[in-house]
Amino acid sequence: MKNPFGKRKEPLTDTQLLMTITIGIFIVMYILAMTLLGGGFLHAQQIFDMLNDNASLIIVSCGLTIVMIGGGIDISVGAVTSLVVMSCVLYLNNGGNVFVSILLALGIGLAFGLVQGFLISYLEIQPFIVTLAGMFFARGMTTILSVNPQKVDHAAFAKLRDTQIVIPWLGYTAKNGNLVPARIELGVVVALFCVVMIFILLKYIRLGRNFYAMGGNQTSALMLGINVKRTRFYSYLLSGLLSGISGFVFMMHTGAGNATNAAGMEMNAIASSIIGGTLLTGGVGNVIGTFFGTMTLTTIKKIVVSSGLNDPWWQSITTGGMLCFFILLQSVVLGRRSKKKKA
Amino acid sequence: MKKNNKKFLSGGLGQLTIPLIAIALLFIFNLIRDPGFFSIGISHNNDGNAVLAGNLISIINGASELAVLAMGMTLVTAACGGQDISVGAAAAIAGSVFVKVLKSGSGISGGTVVLAFVSACIVAMLFGTFNGILVAVFKIQPMIATLILYTCGRSIAYWINGGATPTVSSHIITAIGSFIPGIPIPTPVLIVALVAILFKLLFHFTSLELFTQSVGINGSAARLNGINSTFIKLLSFIILGVCVAVAGTIGVSRLSLINHETLLLDVEMDTILAVAIGGNSLGGGKFKISGSIIGAYVIQMLTTTLYAMKVSSTDVKAYKAIVIVLLVVIGSPVVKQRFSKLVERLTAKKTITVKGAEE
Amino acid sequence: MQEEILLQMKGIDKKFPGVLALNGVDFTLRKGEIHALMGENGAGKSTLIKVLTGVYQKDGGVITVEGENVSIKSPQDAQNKGISTVYQEITLCPNLTVAENMFIGRESGEWIKRKEREARADEILGGLGIPARSTQQLGDCSLAVQQMVAIARAVDMQCKVLILDEPTSSLDDKEVNMLFELMRDLKSKGVGIIFVTHFLEQVYEVSDRITVLRNGELVGEYPVEKLPRVELVSKMMGKDLDELSTLGDPEEKKTIVNEVLYEAEGLSSSEAQPFDFSIRKGEVNGFTGLLGSGRSESVRAIFGADKVTGGAVKIKGEQVKVTKPIDAMKHGIGYLAEDRKRDGIIAELSVRENIILALQVMNGMFKPISRSEQEAFADEYIKVLNIKTASRETPVGSLSGGNQQKVILARWLLTHPDYLILDEPTRGIDVGTKLEIQKLVLKLAEEGVSVTFISSEVEEMLRTCSRLIVMRDRHIVGELTGSDLNQTQVMKTIAGGEA
Repeated sequence: MKNPFGKRKEPLTDTQLLMTITIGIFIVMYILAMTLLGGGFLHAQQIFDMLNDNASLIIVSCGLTIVMIGGGIDISVGAVTSLVVMSCVLYLNNGGNVFVSILLALGIGLAFGLVQGFLISYLEIQPFIVTLAGMFFARGMTTILSVNPQKVDHAAFAKLRDTQIVIPWLGYTAKNGNLVPARIELGVVVALFCVVMIFILLKYIRLGRNFYAMGGNQTSALMLGINVKRTRFYSYLLSGLLSGISGFVFMMHTGAGNATNAAGMEMNAIASSIIGGTLLTGGVGNVIGTFFGTMTLTTIKKIVVSSGLNDPWWQSITTGGMLCFFILLQSVVLGRRSKKKKA
Repeated sequence: MKKNNKKFLSGGLGQLTIPLIAIALLFIFNLIRDPGFFSIGISHNNDGNAVLAGNLISIINGASELAVLAMGMTLVTAACGGQDISVGAAAAIAGSVFVKVLKSGSGISGGTVVLAFVSACIVAMLFGTFNGILVAVFKIQPMIATLILYTCGRSIAYWINGGATPTVSSHIITAIGSFIPGIPIPTPVLIVALVAILFKLLFHFTSLELFTQSVGINGSAARLNGINSTFIKLLSFIILGVCVAVAGTIGVSRLSLINHETLLLDVEMDTILAVAIGGNSLGGGKFKISGSIIGAYVIQMLTTTLYAMKVSSTDVKAYKAIVIVLLVVIGSPVVKQRFSKLVERLTAKKTITVKGAEE
Repeated sequence: MQEEILLQMKGIDKKFPGVLALNGVDFTLRKGEIHALMGENGAGKSTLIKVLTGVYQKDGGVITVEGENVSIKSPQDAQNKGISTVYQEITLCPNLTVAENMFIGRESGEWIKRKEREARADEILGGLGIPARSTQQLGDCSLAVQQMVAIARAVDMQCKVLILDEPTSSLDDKEVNMLFELMRDLKSKGVGIIFVTHFLEQVYEVSDRITVLRNGELVGEYPVEKLPRVELVSKMMGKDLDELSTLGDPEEKKTIVNEVLYEAEGLSSSEAQPFDFSIRKGEVNGFTGLLGSGRSESVRAIFGADKVTGGAVKIKGEQVKVTKPIDAMKHGIGYLAEDRKRDGIIAELSVRENIILALQVMNGMFKPISRSEQEAFADEYIKVLNIKTASRETPVGSLSGGNQQKVILARWLLTHPDYLILDEPTRGIDVGTKLEIQKLVLKLAEEGVSVTFISSEVEEMLRTCSRLIVMRDRHIVGELTGSDLNQTQVMKTIAGGEA
């Protein structure tokens, strides 16, 4: 009866279940968009555009997912991204060097992670308040640096910014007969790299599993011999670092700094994580899910625009509606599961 | 004697210690910076009414919406152990409904204003119910549940306003937003007092406070004692809805127009902050409404102080953040513990050195 | 025989604000022994364990492991020094797999060798006969299995000292035996086991030595064969057991013939199988059976604590509907829940607020009890039940277990119930309070209140109940009255021996 060598089929874990639902819905939605709306959705470039536009969102969402798995919250991510963009733009425009600007981006992100992580983990202050203060601080610093939009004027950076991966065979023929090759920005590569790295971290590295343990039951994690304070500290540090990376990617995409950059990004990142199956209660979630969460969020916005509903308010209403749908879905699915467990 | 003092500070005032110290510090700081900062004078406004004026008045006046929202938020926080982040968006909706109803009739009389306010209340309560059902019935965390309305609330307001920013001109609205002729105190301040009194009465004539705290501290035990915790949570959101409508109405009345994009923008963050500064646990349970009100005034006082120091409105956030961090660090139990240990060690060292000297 | 000393704790002090939780306690554990650590609640058992496992830092004293002085800074540190603990509450992560729960927090490298670890986990689980798969999500397992996984984890840690803190409270008899087998096995391998439990029989079944604590101080260390039960109890209580006899002989209980107060037919809930039940006015009856036999679930169904799915209920002869706790309360039923911390006290609220809570709920939200009335009620019951509290405004969470239980009792007494359900009111509280509660039950019955009393200790039930309903496997399997009310008969019925 028991075969130790065969692969036993286990029921999906909560994380896997929620992620599967999200991926399924994303695929169904995209196929529906392809068949019903056609147009841009039929070209591979549509997906690449979605990635190009949202590379930095994907990165911060990954950071937020880590924090949320650990049972915390970080609402400073958007503001830090914005501060990084502004700092790097100003630095480059004052004759800086691209390599150092990358270090600057990472440094700012890490600094935020460091301070916030310390306050939350070692001084045990509520994460919402700390990262809210972080958000205020980053937004304030951004406007202190410059209230006016700043465009990057830097040859080496321009080169980096314009570097794209061109895939001709995935392109399409435009109406005038020219072949438009598919283009992927460098930022997407960075984003996908981050997703893969964090996936590996969360699945195969000790620290990653400790995040889950901490989010699942903090007291237990402590009793199991996990250094909860340090683990929590690392989760915020990583989130900060990813916000730094996200800032640089954002700048590579827009090539300019603006005080309103990445406005509301934190909420989009939270939404991405939730749609991707991360529970704010902690212990459940996955970056692959988060990635698809971001894509689902973006797809729905694209669908709204393609359907001719150009008013900006349609986008946020559908986003809200979709959030509502996913939140209820999760609640029902997990509720059913726990009932089943009892029986 | 000294011990008693200590106990008085930490035990007697309890959770109000930190916000009161914050207010005191801001007060002293401002007095040193500008001894005339808090002078209250009487000036005459455009209508020729004698009204109170001065920084203190504008602080208390300016914090009105925040204070009203913080009161409702305290209740939600206590019952649900989470916060409603949609209050700003919901206030925009309520404000839009208020204006819509005002403008639907031919003229604006006292009756229309009441009708408009009641409509705004009903709509805000409906949205509160929506949030409340998600939280209480579907057991979704408040922050996540209210993220939905946060995301699309202002868009709904946009839709109500038809994309415009309609203005209303009526002496009644002006009176609500600034001064009632003959009364030198700003009307929003009076409204805050009224709301605070209503809360006080609510807690006096019902056992809502006990039930809310019970639900917030131990939901399971509350249920087994016959408390309908779903109802209590829902009710907290509905009450917050009323607060939202009041805040929205004040906000609209101040400017005599509704701008769905800017009305009470980012107020949710300040509101939650006010609750936390007031010494209430964001994890729910025991609460003190008075703490949250003081918290709201701390935030406004800080903002006004910064403005007075010629910090631009966009930069204020950065300084605010620093002060917030300082406040919460001082209030952190870990820091308090470390500090008292340090004091203990220092005094212990002293005795040792004294001993050493004797030898 | 002089066995090798494994662990020695000498003169351990631990202070908490206002309390000296441990005062110069000594404790010695030898290699290959099972050492029971006994004491009433508040005796300092848990504190001592927590000092040993690094959850608390000691304020004084010395700990040596195998003759070496050690200072234990954290649970991790304790683990590294070969001290493993399995706690009363399951301290694993339900969202991780069984294998992960067994290995997390003690991997050597940064990389996780998933396959290797799952194979190892299955091996261990198989070896111990634990019915769980390594790849299962822990939350999907039953509580008993989760507990055993925790033990499996500790066993695999090659620990020298294994602390079992109330490990048997969520296990049934079969599982307890399995655990004891395991303990003996480990003992033969030279592991020192510290066994903390409330169950006296279990102590005598497996332990070699007993250390008794009282009020944070050491009473003494005894070989188990030299300490009869009665003496153990008296050492734990620090007073003579004469008091026990004042309760009267269980044999004297007469069957109550008053009118029927409560009657249920085919009552069932989401947790309980359909059952029939009735109680007369002034009667004390009890549900007994092993943990998990459905005794708690049945009384919860009576109170409407779980979702009621069927059945007809008559109270005082009238057909009524009881689907929620408030319905039951309105019909004069009170229910003291099994889990005091989770379902009973509102820890941060004051004694006063906790006492008036149920009455206030019955009065409704719009008829608040005035402050002065609340204070009068609180003072009255603090006096009547002899609740030891600094004041009526003290948060109930800071009281000792027994006094917390009294507060909840006061809460229900204040509602003047016709029918009071007490589910394990004596669990985890000191013997003195246990007696007080039993006396109170009898007194209430005299006054005409019907009481259903549940206790893990059959003796307590025999002393108080005139009728015992025995449950096995979620069904009622027998009803004992009159001369059948004795320990042997109860055990027989529970075990189902007659067939």
